[in-house]
Amino acid sequence: MTIATMLSLGETALKLGLICSLTVLALFLSYSMLNVCDLSTDGCFTFGAAVGAVVAVSGHPFLSVIAAMLAGVLSGFVTAILQTKLGVDSLLAGIIVNTALYSVNIAVMGGSSLINMNRTVTVFSMMKEALSSTPLKGREDIIVALIAVILVVAFLVFFLKTRLGLAIRATGNNSDMVKSSSINPVFTTIIGLCVANAFTALSGCLLSQSQKSVDINIGQGMVTIALASLLIGGTLLGRGGIFVRAVGMVLGSFIFRLVYTIALRFNMPAFMLKLVSSVIVVLAISGPYLKQQWPQIRRRLTHRKGGR
Amino acid sequence: MLKISHIAKTFNPGTVNEKKAIEDLSLELKKGDFATIIGSNGAGKSTLFNAVCGDFMTDAGAIELDGRDITFMPQHVRAKEIGRLYQDPMRGTAPGMTIEENLALAAGKGGWLSHTSRQEKERFREELKKLDIGLEERMSHPVGLLSGGQRQALTLLMATMNPPKLLLLDEHTAALDPGTAEKVLNLTKRIVEEYQLTCLMITHNMQSAIDLGNRILMMDSGNIVLDIGEGEKKNMTVDALLEKFKTGAGKALDNDRILLSD
Repeated sequence: MTIATMLSLGETALKLGLICSLTVLALFLSYSMLNVCDLSTDGCFTFGAAVGAVVAVSGHPFLSVIAAMLAGVLSGFVTAILQTKLGVDSLLAGIIVNTALYSVNIAVMGGSSLINMNRTVTVFSMMKEALSSTPLKGREDIIVALIAVILVVAFLVFFLKTRLGLAIRATGNNSDMVKSSSINPVFTTIIGLCVANAFTALSGCLLSQSQKSVDINIGQGMVTIALASLLIGGTLLGRGGIFVRAVGMVLGSFIFRLVYTIALRFNMPAFMLKLVSSVIVVLAISGPYLKQQWPQIRRRLTHRKGGR
Repeated sequence: MLKISHIAKTFNPGTVNEKKAIEDLSLELKKGDFATIIGSNGAGKSTLFNAVCGDFMTDAGAIELDGRDITFMPQHVRAKEIGRLYQDPMRGTAPGMTIEENLALAAGKGGWLSHTSRQEKERFREELKKLDIGLEERMSHPVGLLSGGQRQALTLLMATMNPPKLLLLDEHTAALDPGTAEKVLNLTKRIVEEYQLTCLMITHNMQSAIDLGNRILMMDSGNIVLDIGEGEKKNMTVDALLEKFKTGAGKALDNDRILLSD
C-alpha cells in the first residue's frame, strides 16, 4: 500500500467517522447519560436525511440543516412521550417509532425511496466553493463535519454541566434521587431524547448531503454502528470529564471507520459492515462480562478435571 | 404542620394478594415535632412514608402539609418541601456523579441552563466541613466511591440543604455499622435542632426511640395504636414501652429486628 492510498483511506475514514460521530454523541447522551437505549436511531437518522434533502432541494441549504434537527427533536419527543406518559416499554417505544418513521420518511421524500442531490446547493457545495482557492481545496466534507462536531461537543460540554444536564445525568444514574430532588424524571427524559435525536438527525442530514443522495436505507444499522463506536471510544477515553469522554466518542467513531475502510481495502465485501459492527458490539459488551465470569468458569473446569 | 386525616391504602385490591397496608390512619404533627415510629413487621410504617411522599396516591382521606392540601400533588412537587432518607444508603445519591454535582442538584438553585456558581461551591464546602468526615476535600470524587455511612451523611445534607418542612427518616442508620450509625444519628439530631425541623423517624432501636424527639408513635396493622407525648416519654423505659404496646395493640410486639437488637 502506498502512502497516497493510506492517506486517502484515512481521509475517507475521517470524513465518515466525523459525520457519524454525531450519532455516537447522540447515543452518548441517551445511552450513556440517560441510560435509555434509543432504538429509533436508525429511523431518526434517515428522517434527518430525508427532511434535510427535501428542504435543500427546494433551495434552502442552511435551513435544511436546521429543519433536519427539528425533525429529530420531533422524533425524540414522540419516543419519549411513548415511554414516559403512555406506558410503552422504552425499547419497544424506540422500535415502534423506528417502524413508523419508515413510512414517514418515504412520505417526506414524496413517495420515492431515493432523492438525488447532484445539482443541489448544500452546505457542502457552498464550502467547496469557498475553499476552491485555498490550500484546503477538496477537503470540504471534512471541514463541514469538523465544524459540526466541534459545535456539538462544545454544546454537550456546556449542557451536561448545567442544572438541566446534571438532572438528565442523575435520571440515568438514580431516578429515585432525581424525584427526591424535586425534579420530574419525565421532563428530563423528554429533553434528553429530544436533544439526542436532534444530533442523530443532523448526522443523517450531513451524511446524505455529503454523498449527494438520500436512500431510504441510509440509516439502517446506524444504532449498532454507533454503539460499536461508543464502546470503542469508551474503552479508550472512558474516564475523566465530559469533554474527554466526548472526544473519546469521536475518536471511537473514527477508529471504527478506519478499521472498516482498511478491511474493505483487503477485499472484505462492503455488505459485511453491519455484521462487523454487530460483532464489535457483542465483543465490547460481553468481553468485560466474560472476564468477570472467567474465574468461576476456570474453577469449574479444573474441578471437573480433578473431579469425580 | 402535617395533618393526615383518615387515609387508607389497599394494595392489589380484589385479588388473593390483597393487602390492607393502611387503614383509617390519622396523625397530626405540630411545627418542630420530632416523632419516632416503632412497630411490628408490616405495620405500615414505610407505607405511611410512601403515602406522605406521594409514591402512590391514597385510596381515601386527605394529607395536608403546612395548611396546603397535598393529597394529589405529584411526588416530585412534594419533594420540594419533604426531605427523605431511606434505609438503603444507595438510594439517595447518584453514584456516577461527583459529590459537588449531587449537592448542586439537591440545592436546586438557578435556572435550568445555569452552571454551579463559585459561591455555591464555597457554600457546599462549608456545609460538607460541618459533617466533619473529610468530604470537603473530595468534592470532585464520584459518590460511588464513598462508604455507606459517608453516603448517608451526604444524603442527609442534601435533604436538609434547603430546610424542608418535613423530614422523613426511614431507619436511615439501620444498614450502617454501630459506630457509623451513632455518628449519623448525632448528625441527624444536630441538623434537626439547628433548623427546628418537623421530623418523623422510623427506628427499630427502642432506646433511640425513647432518647430522640418529643413523641413516640407505635404502629400495628396499618394504624397508629399508641401515641406517647412528651411528658410520659421522659420516664419511659424499653420494658415499659413493650408492655404499653401489648395493651395498645392487643398483642406482643413482633418485630424480630427490635427484639433481637439490644
